[in-house]
Amino acid sequence: MSAFDSVTAARANDRPTAVDYITKIFGDSFIEFHGDRRFADDKAVIGGIAELCGKPVTVIGLEKGRNLKERMDRNFGSAHPEGYRKALRLMKQAEKFHRPVICLVDTSGAYCGIGAEERGQGQAIAENLMEMMTLKTPILSILIGEGGSGGALALAVADEVWMLENAIYSVISPEGCASILWKDSSKTAEASECLKLTSQDLFKLGVIERIIREPKNLDSMMFESFKNLVAQTFDRLKAMDTETLLQKRYNRFRKY
Amino acid sequence: MNTSDIFNFLKPKNELENQGEQIENRPYIPDELWVKCPVCKKPVLSADLNENKKVCPKCGYHFRIGARQRIELTADEGSFKEFDAELTSTNIIDFPDYTRKLKNAKLNSGENESVITGSAAIGGYRVILVVMNSQFMMGSMGTVTGEKITRAFEYATEHRMPVVVFTVSGGARMQEGILSLMQMAKTSGAVKKHSDEGLLYITVLTDPTTGGVTASFAMEGDIILSEPKALIAFAGPRVIEQTIRQKLPKDFQSAEFLLEKGFIDAVVPRGEMKDKLAHILALHGAEKVTQEGENK
Repeated sequence: MSAFDSVTAARANDRPTAVDYITKIFGDSFIEFHGDRRFADDKAVIGGIAELCGKPVTVIGLEKGRNLKERMDRNFGSAHPEGYRKALRLMKQAEKFHRPVICLVDTSGAYCGIGAEERGQGQAIAENLMEMMTLKTPILSILIGEGGSGGALALAVADEVWMLENAIYSVISPEGCASILWKDSSKTAEASECLKLTSQDLFKLGVIERIIREPKNLDSMMFESFKNLVAQTFDRLKAMDTETLLQKRYNRFRKY
Repeated sequence: MNTSDIFNFLKPKNELENQGEQIENRPYIPDELWVKCPVCKKPVLSADLNENKKVCPKCGYHFRIGARQRIELTADEGSFKEFDAELTSTNIIDFPDYTRKLKNAKLNSGENESVITGSAAIGGYRVILVVMNSQFMMGSMGTVTGEKITRAFEYATEHRMPVVVFTVSGGARMQEGILSLMQMAKTSGAVKKHSDEGLLYITVLTDPTTGGVTASFAMEGDIILSEPKALIAFAGPRVIEQTIRQKLPKDFQSAEFLLEKGFIDAVVPRGEMKDKLAHILALHGAEKVTQEGENK
């Protein structure tokens, strides 16, 4: 598969979204919590608590929506500052109650609009980066579709970052890159190659720890084994004392 | 120098032509002697502009200035000692045209990277000073930019010193792909460690500060100041206009706009910046340089 094939697959309308993962992995144990306690409830971010192999976890996802109505409702997975603040509130709650955090990342980017700027999109993302770096509980971030720049990173300062095989993670969209490089936003295929945004590229660059293989039909994915893998990872991370965990997290990003 | 005499020579050519002989006799005036203010459109003598710290004496517009001049205006004379001056970017993900762009950026700016870091004294107070440089690829943040900033914060944490950062940036540097995005997390981690030690971090936002820099260390200061009218944004105005398909209101994303929305502490004119920084440092019990004026 070419880089552009991954871009297409990562954006495909029938690709499972965060809600699908939550349903398949956590089932009825998931309880959704709403709001950032500051301004509003951003539906581009879904979050709450759930049970994972008998233990509580905090779950946060960037949700694109699975049909047009849902997508409109979820702002196509592009969060406003209140979405990132809601995520941070739930992470702080996880820290207080000593439960690990799993972030499911799928966004073309943080929303670019008047309200987002007025309410401090940059500040909201910056605060997440800073606070996640020292959150005293394990964090695992999984890129399940698109990882669009700062809007994705704001949920991906973690102890481990995994990627679905055909997910992408990039500093700028291929369209944006092409329009800057060649003044032609249609040259997305070439730009996709240049940006090194596929799971294989990012694994080679040491930006992710693990690639999750995708079956042809994602619905048939082995969610059971996936779930066990996540649970084992949390057990391993929880076994570390907090100081070691945070030092490792710092070093993980310090090396780039 | 009296500026009014000079302005005869700035009049449009057709006006001058009517003055007959005067043209023949007029002295040669190099272009660099005057500049046109992009805001009030009035010509300003370069000498006057420099005297006024590159602020238009007529309308108060703050011209963009390079990092070296910023250091000159901010640090006490002779106090600045640069760190990591030799660090420079390479084309790490083999991005098209980046090698040439880097070469040009170095030639045009005379610098190795988009940020200069070091220790300095401001009004007698010891600080770590970080100054971004718009003349190097529009202050974009690549891995070396992030590395220099991170090292500066780590040094400040180790030596228990306050940090002052002047930001100017087009955002993360596309040509280094995901690795430039990672600099946002890396620098934020270093800021957090510094902060958790109870140390002071002052950010000064200058025109323009956008993208990944706004969404990381620029917005993480304990105290955030800005120069007047600076553009401060996550997404730049053109990107927003394309997204929402409408014109943005005038002064949207200006320093004054952010002040009103509650995202910065104060707008400080360039002429007052150094005193303001020294005052804030004093109120935080910052350490003074030793009697001999030595800045360790």
